[in-house]
Amino acid sequence: MNFTSFLHNFWDNTVSGLSQGSIYALFALGYTLVYGVLRLINFAHSEVFMIGTFAAIYAWRGFGLDQDSSTPAFGLVVVYLLVGLLAAMAASATTAVVIERVAYRPLRRRNAPTLAFLITAIGASVVLSEAVGVWTRRKPVGAPPLVRQKVVFHIGGAAVTNLTIGILVLALVLMVALDQFINHSRLGRGIRAVAMDPNTAALMGVNKDRVIALVFVLGGLMAGAAAVMYNLKITGTHFFAGFDLGIKSFAAAVLGGIGNLRGALLGGLLLGVLEPYTSSLLGTQWTSIVAFVVLVAILVFRPTGILGESLGRTRA
Amino acid sequence: MSVIAGASQSARRAVGGWWDGLPRGVRIVVGLALLVVAYLAPFDWFYPLFGPFVTAETDFPTTLFTMAYYVLLSLGLNVVVGLAGLLDLGYVGFFAIGAYTVGLLTSPDSDFHTKWPWIPTVPIAIAVVMVSGVILGGVTLRLRGDYLAIVTLGFAEIIRAYAESSTFLRGQFGFSSIPHPPGTLPSGKPLFGVIDASPYYWLALPLVIVVIFGIRNLERSRVGRAWVAIREDEDAAEAMGVPTFRFKLWAFAIGAAFGGLSGTLFATQIGFINSGNFALFFSILVLAGVVLGGSGNIPGVILGGAFIAYIPERLRGIKEPITGTDLYEFRFLFFGLLLSLIMIFRPAGLIPSRRRKREFADRAKEVTVGE
Repeated sequence: MNFTSFLHNFWDNTVSGLSQGSIYALFALGYTLVYGVLRLINFAHSEVFMIGTFAAIYAWRGFGLDQDSSTPAFGLVVVYLLVGLLAAMAASATTAVVIERVAYRPLRRRNAPTLAFLITAIGASVVLSEAVGVWTRRKPVGAPPLVRQKVVFHIGGAAVTNLTIGILVLALVLMVALDQFINHSRLGRGIRAVAMDPNTAALMGVNKDRVIALVFVLGGLMAGAAAVMYNLKITGTHFFAGFDLGIKSFAAAVLGGIGNLRGALLGGLLLGVLEPYTSSLLGTQWTSIVAFVVLVAILVFRPTGILGESLGRTRA
Repeated sequence: MSVIAGASQSARRAVGGWWDGLPRGVRIVVGLALLVVAYLAPFDWFYPLFGPFVTAETDFPTTLFTMAYYVLLSLGLNVVVGLAGLLDLGYVGFFAIGAYTVGLLTSPDSDFHTKWPWIPTVPIAIAVVMVSGVILGGVTLRLRGDYLAIVTLGFAEIIRAYAESSTFLRGQFGFSSIPHPPGTLPSGKPLFGVIDASPYYWLALPLVIVVIFGIRNLERSRVGRAWVAIREDEDAAEAMGVPTFRFKLWAFAIGAAFGGLSGTLFATQIGFINSGNFALFFSILVLAGVVLGGSGNIPGVILGGAFIAYIPERLRGIKEPITGTDLYEFRFLFFGLLLSLIMIFRPAGLIPSRRRKREFADRAKEVTVGE
């Protein structure tokens, strides 16, 4: 236990943890949305994210930007960021819908057991990640340095960069927008209805298939945004980028209460800050398991996560 | 009396399918024939008879041994997932504990400096694994369904991360010179060598058979019926007086024991283990084998376990025509495709359990995913 290092780096860790946590949170939303409606671990969601990271980078390459190019002027940066964001979100949402159509819908039609869904999802995930792996020759791909990191202000001795602010603000905006969409729009009401009771919802005239597709689209959009954040933060991506992050994000979703949108935000941010805290307390080698240790500890006392399941139905 | 016997016979036939409908003599003969083929398989004068099924690059006995320990793993995981219906995504954790117990007790690299031979470590490894199964189960088995899945996944990750970063389990350095089983050939060479994997396969095969019979009997015992009851409806089982927690714990412990046994075999054959052997993907692979073959059905699970071990090895050495890349490069791509396709067309597995199949047909009336 290295308390001096923990206290000394507390604010630095909090700031970096929150920006990493935002990525987890957005990523976790995809798991939570699908779980809330279908009661299903969408194992292939990690690849939805991974495709997003590549889509953004290749969109930037389309403009002649690669890891060696210099940072463009401010106005152009905004344009490029928007382009990357759009490309990643579009690609991720498309991937998510394709996965739903190819891997899940045939099984839903056949009334398959839940485990079968998990396995097709794993299959789809492996196919996507390997296809990209083969295509990129399993090498990492660099992102252009679009954002030159600059310290904007200090908080408790920790430098807050423009990138951190951007990531946090974008994540919060997207989360609020999604929350509003689910809770206050007509389509959102459909999602909540299907989550609550699919058959009754169908009887009331809700198109279940369309709602399910919509849920996948929403999850994909969030993952796409997370993908761009990841690109900028890590300055690159590789074909395996989704796997580790996906498992942690799923753990974050469960931590907050799966099926619960605000739970995903809470779980993601919590996990984001706990990781650097652990690494300064116990050493970096333990960062990768803190997610699971905390998860076990919390689930033993609150078996449905911190905020509990929601998004419509309450079920034990 | 005979009416009742006849009724139970026909009920058994309906549940057991055509295989149980065959006369006992035929079943024994077919079983023995399969056994003989399984025993002869590693002989280099015999396996060319398999024709295109023989792996090109990897030597065939090694592939057979890999298949054997994967089958053991699948059989063990089947107790947890297929019989008791507990989704365990971290099964490889038990495999790792089994292998590491052997490593710690036998390897000269270990802090224990015991340098035991292999055989006495096996029961100890199994005991350690069972205890860890009970500990993991005791903490987590109050959780249900997907919560259990993510926690077990976490358990395997914790073990892997511990193995990777602790000095006790030596991370990437691992444990070397793990002894092979004893015995010498008439020629004076050791029976269990480094190059030829056939003796290990012959060692694994009777273990697999014992495990198969053990699980078959368990399945038909009070314990097995309790597991199936828990799998189908935990609350109803509890209401009927099944002590669900205790039986779930048993499922975990027994499943873990087989995983651990598989780990000891793996350790002694390969002679060296490190943290790289126990990636999370391995757990997922074994789970895929179980579900792919037909979770809850022993022949299905054997097929599934053998399949996931065999396919990648079979692809090794086949050149893809356009660029000449070895197909082994694409093994996971093929694997993922096969996995998805088989599941889409046979959602209950390649050889589904008859009983499960009926349950699924019955479920059409019930709530399922997205319904």
